[in-house]
Amino acid sequence: MLQVVLEKLRALGSLVREFYIAPHRGVVAREKRDEDDLFMLLVFSEMMGIPNPASYYTLEMQPILYERFHDWHTRMGMEKSPLEGFRCC
Amino acid sequence: MSAILLAVIGLLGFLTGYQVYSRFISEKVFKLDPEFRTPSHEFEDGVDYVPTNKFVLWGHHFTSVAGAAPIVGPAIAVVWGWLPAFLWVVLGTIFFAGVHDAGALWASSRNKAKSIGALAEDIIGPRGRSVFMIVIFLLLLMVNAVFAIVIANLFLSTPSSVFAAWAVIPIAVTIGFLVYRRGVGLGIPSVVGIVLLYLAMWGGQYMPVVLPESVVGLGAASVWVLLLFVYAAVASILPVWVLLQPRDYINGLQLFVALAVVYAAVLIGNPQVVAPAWNGAAASEWGAPSLIPLLFVTIACGAISGFHGLVSSGTTSKQLNKETDVRFVGFLGATGEGTLALAAIIAATAGFASLADWSAFYSAGFPADGTTAFVQGGAQIVNQGLGLPVLFSQTLLAVMAVLFAATTMDTGVRLQRYIIQEWGEIYNIPALKGRLVATLVAVGSCIALAFGAGGGGGSGGLIIWPLFGTTNQLLAGLTLLIISILLLQRKRAIRYTVVPLAFILVAATWALIIQLRGFYESGQYFLMVLDVLILGATIMVALEAISALQRTRRGGGPPAPTTKEPSPAETARSS
Repeated sequence: MLQVVLEKLRALGSLVREFYIAPHRGVVAREKRDEDDLFMLLVFSEMMGIPNPASYYTLEMQPILYERFHDWHTRMGMEKSPLEGFRCC
Repeated sequence: MSAILLAVIGLLGFLTGYQVYSRFISEKVFKLDPEFRTPSHEFEDGVDYVPTNKFVLWGHHFTSVAGAAPIVGPAIAVVWGWLPAFLWVVLGTIFFAGVHDAGALWASSRNKAKSIGALAEDIIGPRGRSVFMIVIFLLLLMVNAVFAIVIANLFLSTPSSVFAAWAVIPIAVTIGFLVYRRGVGLGIPSVVGIVLLYLAMWGGQYMPVVLPESVVGLGAASVWVLLLFVYAAVASILPVWVLLQPRDYINGLQLFVALAVVYAAVLIGNPQVVAPAWNGAAASEWGAPSLIPLLFVTIACGAISGFHGLVSSGTTSKQLNKETDVRFVGFLGATGEGTLALAAIIAATAGFASLADWSAFYSAGFPADGTTAFVQGGAQIVNQGLGLPVLFSQTLLAVMAVLFAATTMDTGVRLQRYIIQEWGEIYNIPALKGRLVATLVAVGSCIALAFGAGGGGGSGGLIIWPLFGTTNQLLAGLTLLIISILLLQRKRAIRYTVVPLAFILVAATWALIIQLRGFYESGQYFLMVLDVLILGATIMVALEAISALQRTRRGGGPPAPTTKEPSPAETARSS
């Protein structure tokens, strides 16, 4: 009896979930795809010979990240900065 | 006259319409085939094309088409007495809206789930597509302006609703965040969200929000209209999962709750309809225009609405599991909206204490603030039937109407932005291609209309309601024309779609001419220009209808397309 009730509740739950998701499924999938595309571009662009546009912006962030960067690499067990172009100590 | 009798006759009418007329239309006219491979199976991709349970699909379709408009229109139209509004809602739902919605779904599913805009180009030709684009832009412009005015009026008449109406935003955002970012199941967020919303309604009674009469020279209604457009602009550029999707979901649940509450209260409390069946004084003494043809454009949603065709085609049709589900999803979806319109009629005619009170409200000017009549009348009925306090009931119904209207504004501004961006692409105007500029143009045009129509966005702004209804009917006319041509190509009877098409085109043209005269006499030149534009579109639709039907009769195809323009729905899908 309890099993039947639980199954009915599960079925109802999946219907409600479908009611939530289905009307916007396509738009959300496209938004996710766009974000994934951007991510892939950022990750693989330099391998394909395309300068990574994000690096210019991260360069601007250097003064802000400087203190945090040193804390981060020492915490990670690296005495010196692991990046050649980004020396902090 | 007992309101129970009105409710029972109306609901029985809908049931009979579904059981008899929709069966006839499905079997003899559309000839729905359970073996037909629907686009959801043919192009199944797990994203757009997904075979969906018919009950779930009906739920989407119903909650997408039923919003604030089937409340506002009928609650305005009872000024002519309850009988004309009742007959038009019941008969219109069965013979017009049901056929239109099911027909649009059938036409789209038989044509690779294309949207009505794309079908207009395929079947009528490029001019049909252009008319479609113009009509839909005008419709969106008006729907956004008029719903901002409706919400502003509700905030003024029911200040206890303001807190909950805005509180729903963080509630919805939290649900969206938990579901998408944290992967939480829907159960707990839904229950907690709904409980919080009702607590906010309860709390709203103790903290009504009343704006000062004048803020930097603007009246309270104008300030609300501006704030609502700021909201709509921001909401329309947010990702769908952040706000629109959870809001839609909450609205869907609210719709079922509100319908259950109102009909249960009517059945338990048995209120009496105090309004007359026929009110001759409306046109002769109260300044309302003639019932014929204005009734047929004042009630658009709730009897027939072109918006439903946009939902049926391109969205619902991609998820249709079997072609025979067209009857359940399309026809019954329209019937669901009819039940909301019927509830609005009952609230606006049986919720007043006496005929004198009702007359005092409706004789103040046309169009009356129908939503306020629905909220205040409905609250009295809920109080009598279920014993809920009047103020809480008012807050409940007002918040429901505000949520419907606000979500429509969010979607409406978003769609308008897509069209403007599309024009930017077509005519190569770089500024219009951007999301921000296109949103500002969309919102700016709506604000201009809201203020131009109502002298500052007050209740006078509802003057554009019949114009909005007319444009909505025009869109329905285009859809009916496409369905008729498809039927004609298959050598099926077209009188079931052509008669409603001719009826609404005649009613729309006649209503536009009457309103044109009214705008001229009252010096509303801005609205006159809008009226002329819509009249032009109506004449174009009528000419296209005659020419396309004649061409099909002779066995010819549509004129060759010149340029390919994506529909707003297609743009929405691709953005």
